[in-house]
Amino acid sequence: MAGGVSSSGGHSVSSAYAAVRNWLLAPSWITIAIFMLGPVLLMAVYSFLTKEFRGGVLWEFSLASYDQFFFDRGLFGDEPPKLHWTYLAIYLRSFIQASVATLLCLAIGFPTAYFIATRPASTRMVWLFLITIPYWVNLLIRTVSMKFLIRDTGPINEWLISFGLLEAPIKMVNTDFAVQLGLFYSYLPFMVLPIYAAVERYDFALSEAAADLYADRWTTLWLVLLPAVRPGIIAGCILVFVPSLGAFLAPDLLGGAKNFMIGSLIEEQFKGAAGNWPFGAACAMVLLTMVLVAVFLYARQQAANARGGG
Amino acid sequence: MNAETGNPSAAAAVEVREVEKVFGPPTTGARALAGVSLNILDNEFFTLLGPSGCGKTTLLRIIAGFETVTSGRVFLFGDEIEDLPPNKRPVNTVFQQYALFPHMSVAENVAFGLHRLRHPKAEVAKRVDEALDLVQLGEFAARRPSQLSGGQQQRVALARALAPRPKVLLLDEPLSALDLKLRQAMRVELKSLQEETGITFIFVTHDQEEALTMSDRIAVMSRGEVQQIGTAHDIYDRPRNRFVADFIGETNLLDVTVENVDDGSVACRLQDGGLLQATPSGEAAAGTAGHVSIRPEQLVLVPPQEPALMQGVVDRLIYLGTDNQHLVQLADGSEIRVRTQAAQQAEKDFAPGDKVGIRVNPGTARLLVD
Repeated sequence: MAGGVSSSGGHSVSSAYAAVRNWLLAPSWITIAIFMLGPVLLMAVYSFLTKEFRGGVLWEFSLASYDQFFFDRGLFGDEPPKLHWTYLAIYLRSFIQASVATLLCLAIGFPTAYFIATRPASTRMVWLFLITIPYWVNLLIRTVSMKFLIRDTGPINEWLISFGLLEAPIKMVNTDFAVQLGLFYSYLPFMVLPIYAAVERYDFALSEAAADLYADRWTTLWLVLLPAVRPGIIAGCILVFVPSLGAFLAPDLLGGAKNFMIGSLIEEQFKGAAGNWPFGAACAMVLLTMVLVAVFLYARQQAANARGGG
Repeated sequence: MNAETGNPSAAAAVEVREVEKVFGPPTTGARALAGVSLNILDNEFFTLLGPSGCGKTTLLRIIAGFETVTSGRVFLFGDEIEDLPPNKRPVNTVFQQYALFPHMSVAENVAFGLHRLRHPKAEVAKRVDEALDLVQLGEFAARRPSQLSGGQQQRVALARALAPRPKVLLLDEPLSALDLKLRQAMRVELKSLQEETGITFIFVTHDQEEALTMSDRIAVMSRGEVQQIGTAHDIYDRPRNRFVADFIGETNLLDVTVENVDDGSVACRLQDGGLLQATPSGEAAAGTAGHVSIRPEQLVLVPPQEPALMQGVVDRLIYLGTDNQHLVQLADGSEIRVRTQAAQQAEKDFAPGDKVGIRVNPGTARLLVD
C-alpha cells in the first residue's frame, strides 16, 4: 500500500515536471512554427498560384511558375518540352560563386581564426572585436563603399596608375571578381567565428603529441588539428555558403546585370518590374529543395562514414 | 668539443649541461631553470621530483623539444639535440592528460608514430599488436579513446609512446589523473615495463611516494635548481639540505649549535641543553648554527623518569592505521612528531596530557649545513 502511494506520487511529480517543461518550451515552438515554417509554407502555396498583373495573385492552382523556370516552350504546348537554361544557368553560376566565396573565406578565415585562438586569453577578445567592427556599419553601405574602392576612378586604380604600375584602370566593377570580393567581405566573419570557437577548445597537447610522434607541421595540421576542429569548419562553410547563394546586394551593386545571381532574380520577382510573386516563390522553392537535398546527401554520407570508422 | 666544455659523457642516455630557461624577457622574465646539470644513465628509471613550479616539467619539455633552452646544452647519447624539433628526436612522451587523438581508434593512435617513421604496413600492424599486448589492451584496439576508462587511456598513451621503441621515454606526471588504487598498481607496472623494455625512463612527479617506489635515481628539484641527486635511500636517509629533508617524507627539524666536530660525527647542542650526535650533510664547523633532521619513526617515547634526550607533553595522538603519530610539545613550545607502529606498541602508547621523554635511535640524526 505504502509502496503504491509513493510510486504514484513519484509519477505525478515527474509528469507535472514534464508539463512545466513543455510549457516553458512553448515560446520556442511557437516562434519556430510562426516565423520559420509559416513563411516556407506560404512560399510553397504561392508558388502554385496564378500570376495577376501588377504583382498580385489569383487564388487558382497553376504549375505555370515551375513550367516557366524549367522549360522553354511550355510543358503543355504542342511541341515536346525542352529544358530552359536561362534560370538554371543563374543557379549554376550562383552555386559556383557561393562555393568559391566559401573556399576563399575558409582559406583566409582558418589562419585568422587560428591566429586569434592562439593569442593570450587577454588579447583574444580585442582581435575578435576588431573582426566584427565593420559589421557595425550597414551591409548596403559597405557594399556601396566597396564599389567606390574598386571602380575605374576609385583609389585602387588611381594609385596603381599614379605609381606607374598601370596604364589604364583595370575593370573590376560589374565583374565576377567584384561579386566575389563582395561575398567574401560580407561573410568572412561567419567563417572566422565558428572556427575560432573550435580552435579555442582544441587541446594543443594533441599537436605536441603528434610532433612527439615524429609528425611534421603539415602532417600535424592534416591528421590532428583539422579533424579535431572539423565541426567548426563545417559550421563556418554552411554559414558562408547558404547566405552567399541567396545574396542579392553584392551581385546587384557590384556585379551588374550580366552577373545575375539567384538572390537578384528572386528579388526582382517581388520588388522589381517583373512583379511575378508566384514565379519568385517557385524560384525560392527550387533553391530550398536543392539545398535540402544537398544537406540530406551530406548527412547520409556522414552517417555512413561514422558507421565505417566507428 | 673543446677541452673547456668537455666531451659529453659517453655513458649518459641524456646529459643536461648548465641549462637555463627564462620565460619572457631574459632579464625580467620568470626563471624556470637556473643552471641545471645532470646525467641520466642508459636503462635507468630516473625521476625528477619536486613541488609545482620547481622546473621539473620545464626540464622534461626541454628534453622532449617542446621548449627551447635559454642557455646550456642537451645531449642524447652524446649527440647535441637542443636545436632539434621534437619530431626529429628519438624520444617519446606520455602526457599528463594522455593527449590521445580522439578521432582515431586505439590501434590508430598507437600506429601514429610508426606510420610517421615510414615503417611498412605489416611491421606497423605487428608492432601495434605487441605494444597493446604489453599494456594488456589487445582486445580494445578498435575502440575510441572516449570509450575507455582513465586507466585504460593511460595504458594506450604508454603503448603509443613505446611502440616506436624510443631510446628514452619521458613521462609527465602520468599517474596524477588516476585514483589511488590504480596509481599504486601502475607504479609496479611501470617499473616492470621499464625493466622489460630496457628503455631509459625519465619520470616527472610531485609525489614523493611515487618517486621512492619506482626510481633507480631521483633528482629533487626546487626553484629551478637540482637540490640532490641520488637513490631513494640516499635522499631519504642522507638529505643534503633542509629542503630535501623537509620535502621527502616527514621529518622533525631542530635548531642546534655545533659543539664539536669529530670525523664523520658531530655533537650538536639542542636549544634546551641536550647533546645529540649527528652525521653532517657537509663540512660542519664548531660554533656554527644549523638544523638537525630526525625522521618521526626514529624517535622513541619513554616514561618521563627514564633518561632521554628531550622532555615534553603529548599533545595529540593520531591513528594512521599502520602507525600512531604522537604530537609532543616541548618546553619551548615547538612540536615534535613521533611515529610508532600501531600493532606492536599498544602498551607503550601515551595519551594526550602524559609527560614523556624522547630518545633518538643512534646514527639516525642528520645535521644539515646549508
